Amino acid sequence: MESDGTPLRPGRPKPWNDPRVRAVVFQIIAALTVAWVGWTLFQNTISNMESRGISTGFGFLNSTAGFGIIMSLIEYDETMTYGRTFLVGLANTVLVSGLGILLATVVGFVMGVARLSSNWLVRKVALAYIEIFRNIPLLLQIFFWYFAVLGTLPGPRQAVNVGDVAFLSNRGIVLPKPIFEPGAWLIGAGLAAGLVVTFFMARWARRRQAATGEIFPVLPIGTVLILGLPLLGYLIQGGPVSWDIPALGGFNFRGGITAIPELGALLLALTLYTASFIAEIVRSGIESVSKGQTEAALALGLPPRRVLRLIIIPQAMRVIIPPLTSQYLNLTKNSSLAVAIGYPDLVNVFMGTTLNQTGQAVEIVAMTMAVYLSISLFISLLMNLYNRAVALKER
Amino acid sequence: MAMHQPQPDLPPPVAERGALKWLRENLFSTWYNSVLTIVVGYWLLSTLIPLIDWAFISAVFSGDGPEACAPGAACWVFVQQRLGFFIYGFYPDELWWRPNLVFALFALAVVPQFLPIAAAIRKWLAIFGLTGLPVAAYFLIAGGHFGLESVDTSRWGGLMLTLILAYVGIIAALPIGTLLALGRRSEMPIIRGICVVFIEFWRAVPLITILFMASVMLPLFLPEGVTFDKLLRALVGITLFQSAYMAEVVRGGLQAIPKGQYEAAEALGLGYWRRMRLIILPQALKIVIPGIANTIISLFKDTTLVLIIGLFDLLGAVKSTLSDPAWDNVMAEGYLFVAFCFWVFCFGMSRYSHRLEKNLDTGHRS
Repeated sequence: MESDGTPLRPGRPKPWNDPRVRAVVFQIIAALTVAWVGWTLFQNTISNMESRGISTGFGFLNSTAGFGIIMSLIEYDETMTYGRTFLVGLANTVLVSGLGILLATVVGFVMGVARLSSNWLVRKVALAYIEIFRNIPLLLQIFFWYFAVLGTLPGPRQAVNVGDVAFLSNRGIVLPKPIFEPGAWLIGAGLAAGLVVTFFMARWARRRQAATGEIFPVLPIGTVLILGLPLLGYLIQGGPVSWDIPALGGFNFRGGITAIPELGALLLALTLYTASFIAEIVRSGIESVSKGQTEAALALGLPPRRVLRLIIIPQAMRVIIPPLTSQYLNLTKNSSLAVAIGYPDLVNVFMGTTLNQTGQAVEIVAMTMAVYLSISLFISLLMNLYNRAVALKER
Repeated sequence: MAMHQPQPDLPPPVAERGALKWLRENLFSTWYNSVLTIVVGYWLLSTLIPLIDWAFISAVFSGDGPEACAPGAACWVFVQQRLGFFIYGFYPDELWWRPNLVFALFALAVVPQFLPIAAAIRKWLAIFGLTGLPVAAYFLIAGGHFGLESVDTSRWGGLMLTLILAYVGIIAALPIGTLLALGRRSEMPIIRGICVVFIEFWRAVPLITILFMASVMLPLFLPEGVTFDKLLRALVGITLFQSAYMAEVVRGGLQAIPKGQYEAAEALGLGYWRRMRLIILPQALKIVIPGIANTIISLFKDTTLVLIIGLFDLLGAVKSTLSDPAWDNVMAEGYLFVAFCFWVFCFGMSRYSHRLEKNLDTGHRS
């Protein structure tokens, strides 16, 4: 064996076999490909837009829209700008998503708990609900509620009359509208005071319980405060609220607040569809808490209702929160199916009518997608903060 | 000698055996449960009985036209009369044998997977289903070669179109999603960055905006004169959208594989692709079967969105016939028929994934 004093050392691999060299080469190729594709698309878009005479830039946002929108939370009429249509659509999207998230959470939690009920009938009804609603496309459910259920309601003249103040017809549901007179500020002030006092009372009660073990009845006292203070304000000012009650005039209702059937159908479908997924999430979350936890809590002498509230739910929430977040995001994105039945959400108003009128596809699609991106990021951020608060504190 | 004879055992009390015990334990265990049972039971009976009567007992199942229907009962004659349109869309009647042949080939590839026959045969049929079938289906349905008459994609429709969209979407989204997931776990920063941006972008926007973009903006992106078929555009949109979701599912599986498996595979001297193909992916994909099944089911349901950009899938085909004035309000029947079709497919897939998960469970837990 030849030995000249130098230690044996593996030779460097050939460059095309060296993983580090390969990695650099692959990445350069990938980066160049992406850059080339991006540049080609950009060039094509520019030349296509020039040849079709499409103007660029966001100047169109300031020109007059000239079309009406059937439902708007903010003031809007045809003389306002395209920028205003963007805001109207955005507000409608936020409204339907917010209400949907709220309702789907409630229905989903009820159904998820019902799925684990000790009552056989309740358990099976919840199971049937979940398996039916999550295996049918959402778009179909929207059509079903809109055309087959709400569309077959009687017209305004034969509307379903609820105590002469609310009416249900194929034009939607009409509710009385509160009109606040000058002294009404005291009601709002009472509500705010009730909420603030209850919040601090709950904090104080929690600290006191941690220190001394004494329990303070936060729930009943808080309820009385939150409901009682506004009522007190109402009575002090001598009833400063009057109601605008809808009445049949001509072919439709006058006065009151109208919830259009498009909103009702979309909300119903989104709620029932998403709630069936949330129910499964809640069920698996509760099942993930080991039985020993319940037994230990009962052994400590906690009554069953407190076991659920203090032991099971806080631990189940850790499992529930991440998938729940993605369901909220799904609901928000699914609300864009509004376009199929004509509810004036962001996609319908802005990416639909406004795009057709102005032809500025690139700007409008980019703005719409940016909105959904930001809503997604915002909801994830909120839920991540909450998740961090409830996550297991490992010390 | 008098021996003590024990009395024969008394039967258990009536309330402690059989149906009565079950009733007491499951429906009437506390006063609260009893109230719940009675309320829910009453509600169920009062809705289900008229519903069953409407849909089955007094319903009319076959006839020659709208006159055959009875008022206040389901009119399934409508579905029976239009079934051809619901299944094939505008596909020419005399060429229906071509999609039928594809359906038969599809059944040949899929049905044996549920039957207890030799694993080798099932494997080859599955491989045929994933590779040969799409090619054969394209030549048969689109035509234009081998003396078959060409049928334009605008005439495709109904259940046929739904199944085409779903099938192509599924067999394309799984490999693309797996590649994206591997890219996101890669050690090369640029590759990882590209994959992260791609996945997060597609996951953040609604599918409907993507389909809109495909129909409104794609012509702007392409050089002049280059056009894509509308069906192909929808297909690309759905596939890329779902492959981003698939990537996140697969990534979950990749992350769940213990590091020792990666290191052991490397120690055996396997290259990257063989490491992934032979060691990591078989384990990772097995873990995430429920997630993959959920993604596939949601892809199947999402195919209905193509009706918004003007394609006639099953839902689109049914919806377009509902406004026919000859039929007096058959909305509920039409939509329930579509719902039933989708429900059967989706529920079947979710049951199959449960079974697959059990069959492949080798009991090795991390």
